[in-house]
Amino acid sequence: MTKTDLPRWATGFVLPLLNLLSALLVAALVIRLLGESPIESLTILVNSAIVNPEGLAYTLFYASTFVFTGLAVSVAMQAGLFNIGAEGQMYVGGLGLTIAMLAFDAHLPGWLLIPAGMLGAALFGALWAFLPGWLQAKRGSHVVVTTIMFNFIAASLMNFIIVKYLIPEGQQNPASRVFADGAALPLLSTWFPQLGDTPLNIALPLAVVALAAYGILVWRSSWGYRLRATGLNARAAHYAGVRISRTIVVTMLISGALAGFAAVNSVLGSTHYLSLNFPAGAGFVGIAIALMGRQHPVGIFLSSVLFGALIQGGFDLSLEKPNIPQETFIFIQGLIILFCGAMENLYAPALRRLLGAARPRHATTKEPA
Amino acid sequence: MQPVATPPASQPSAVRASAAGHADAPAVEFRRISKAFGAVQANADVSFAIRAGTIHGVIGENGAGKSTLMSILYGYYQADSGDLVIKGQPRTIRTSMDAMRLGIGMVHQHFMLVDTMTVLDNVMLGNEGAFRLAPRRAAVLQELRDICARYRLDVDPLALVHDLSVGAQQRVEILKQIHRSADILILDEPTAVLTAQETASLFEILRLFKAQGKTIILITHKLQEIMDITDDVTVMRAGRVVGAVRTQDTSREQLATMMVGRPLQSELPRAPYAPGAEVLKVSGLNLTDANGVRLLSDIDLTLRAGEIVAIAGVSGNGQSELLEILSGMRLPTSGQLDFLGRALPFAGRAHADGLPAAFRKLGMAHVPEDRLRDGVIKDFSVMQNTVFGYQDGMTNRWGLLDLRAIARRCAGLLQAFDVRPNNPDLRIGLLSGGNQQKVVIAREVAAAPKLMLVGQPTRGVDIGTIESIHTELLRLRDEGVAILLSSVELEEVRALADRIVVMSGGRITGELPVDEFDTTRIGLLMGGMHTS
Repeated sequence: MTKTDLPRWATGFVLPLLNLLSALLVAALVIRLLGESPIESLTILVNSAIVNPEGLAYTLFYASTFVFTGLAVSVAMQAGLFNIGAEGQMYVGGLGLTIAMLAFDAHLPGWLLIPAGMLGAALFGALWAFLPGWLQAKRGSHVVVTTIMFNFIAASLMNFIIVKYLIPEGQQNPASRVFADGAALPLLSTWFPQLGDTPLNIALPLAVVALAAYGILVWRSSWGYRLRATGLNARAAHYAGVRISRTIVVTMLISGALAGFAAVNSVLGSTHYLSLNFPAGAGFVGIAIALMGRQHPVGIFLSSVLFGALIQGGFDLSLEKPNIPQETFIFIQGLIILFCGAMENLYAPALRRLLGAARPRHATTKEPA
Repeated sequence: MQPVATPPASQPSAVRASAAGHADAPAVEFRRISKAFGAVQANADVSFAIRAGTIHGVIGENGAGKSTLMSILYGYYQADSGDLVIKGQPRTIRTSMDAMRLGIGMVHQHFMLVDTMTVLDNVMLGNEGAFRLAPRRAAVLQELRDICARYRLDVDPLALVHDLSVGAQQRVEILKQIHRSADILILDEPTAVLTAQETASLFEILRLFKAQGKTIILITHKLQEIMDITDDVTVMRAGRVVGAVRTQDTSREQLATMMVGRPLQSELPRAPYAPGAEVLKVSGLNLTDANGVRLLSDIDLTLRAGEIVAIAGVSGNGQSELLEILSGMRLPTSGQLDFLGRALPFAGRAHADGLPAAFRKLGMAHVPEDRLRDGVIKDFSVMQNTVFGYQDGMTNRWGLLDLRAIARRCAGLLQAFDVRPNNPDLRIGLLSGGNQQKVVIAREVAAAPKLMLVGQPTRGVDIGTIESIHTELLRLRDEGVAILLSSVELEEVRALADRIVVMSGGRITGELPVDEFDTTRIGLLMGGMHTS
């Protein structure tokens, strides 16, 4: 008996919602222990993350990054690969983007420069995921282990490259020089002035396009069919003529490219320079998003917005309530991963019983066992 | 999973339970048992009694409700309504622990043993007694030796389980139950994994149990076994009891008719044997695995259009590997394969990745012997599985899957092969084994192959479906398809083959036309005796 004997609306919405509420309940308890009112805190959080248009813009700005890291983890999961390395791939993607900028931003106009940066980000992200994918496909080295290691390697490598090569002379801040103005992503506030002075940019519509493309690729193309078959039963996929090794490598390339692309929003959309440790955990948040969104485009989008809202709301909350440190967000994020990932079926038996009691003779077409 | 349950070590509680029962009461009586899963009535108003000290057969096709009923008796499920009467007393059995306390033991089709532990440790597992193992081990060892001697269970209690043959592992399961004082023994399809000799010795043991007053419930779909060993038979169909007879008063034919609900054709129609051109030629095929074990040695085989060549053999003698190589799933170590006069393109390859697709394109189809492992994706819908392996030819001009064409094709296949339920959107894992197999065969037949590789086509498939699968294979043969069939069921080999090839230890030990079919001779060849 698994969650699969529950109807789709139950596994898709009711269970994640119950899990989310449980995480928030525990968080409320902790906020209570810190001596603050959970209700008031939640009000502040919702107001600053969703109700206030500028806050909402920030929420969606963060969400745009998360959609890409969430997609990166999701597409790998479809093939049965747990890509823990989106963080490192995003980081190295930032390097690809920066190289493109440093090389071309003096010569190229913005409409060429930005695609060049995107290409650089995706390419470097994909390259960083290639080796773990190749090792998994050809040598059986588990992709979880290699991608974790590649995160550490990426962190050290980027530290070295930034400090050694990218800091402009005479500067202390471990970051590259600021890119030319033409490299900035067009802001959505250009068209929607009510968004105010916020970094929300065209990465958001791009994220939506990426979600749609992912949905079509995975569920409507024969490549996606082979991908899912590999993830569900690699032996049977081999029987069906799928080239397992190639599928694994290609999937990891796509996953890495998506993770690398996440750097575009962070770097070209906001800071306009490459700084030390700029992904700031967005790659790991991608894992939570893929788990919580069940690798479904709509789920990925909703989870991304949720995590964006937690960052934005949590930041304002810590400003207004000095008792609640900013790390509370990380704590809530951890709770959500715990409830939605590790214990995702916590309420499944109860829900099944409830549904069974409500509809003892619901129509299934299963043959007698 | 059920927790490992044990009766208290010191006091065999089953003795108490049976002492409370009536002397000549039935060992088990089912009274109006009903059990539904959703809309499916797995057991409907099932009533029958099992006389103490007899061997009682329960037969029925897959999905007839045998397993559900036994699961109710063993405490895995609770009946929706109805009563269980054990040894004259109405009982509630909530867990397998309750069942064991009442002296009911079950030998599952899939053994519940820890491979890396000894027989003795497996028997003691969950029944260790005190903190220190040594004193109890010595005692249990003695008990096991006594039981083995008494019931002629040829098992060394100190052997490691993974060193034992399948038959011996089954005896360990039985030993476990006896040691736990079971006097009602349920055996679920016990002979599915046994050779003919092992089956015979199992039946010897069961007869001995009966002589000692124990009751045995034998779940099977093999009619010959019922006739050979049982005293009474209960026939189930679609969740109901459709017949309850003394074995001596019935016949195989009568039981088959009751099981299926209609008489079966004994001999399926087939065109006279007229093989055409050579389709497949296997020469000097060898396979050695990574550990240097020789799995196939010098296989030579030819297959012509319009004939069925059946490979007979005890499971695990190289048939699986041969089919894997021929279907492109595995590379041979050496040898030559010619298909329709041309060498198959595997020479120089480092791995078989993607090779099955290439073979399929040439006109080969493959019904794998383990459909859930290889043949279908359990979590895909029936419709998605009807294009499994052929997905790349199912795209529209945008390169996307042509869902409308797939649906149309699927509807046709489900109709033609009478797949039930006729619901393309159902996960295939929810279908019965027979219907899953129909989907696989429908899919492979739809590709209009010139060569069809078929492994264990009717494993876990009910009698009615067996007949339709056999009819379909014979129809393909009559239409000129070359079929290579691998089957551990000699009955099936006899019913389908034009020529029989016997394999043993990775070699072909003999070949004979079907009109010289001789069980003894095939049995000897299967055992590795060469004839020329």
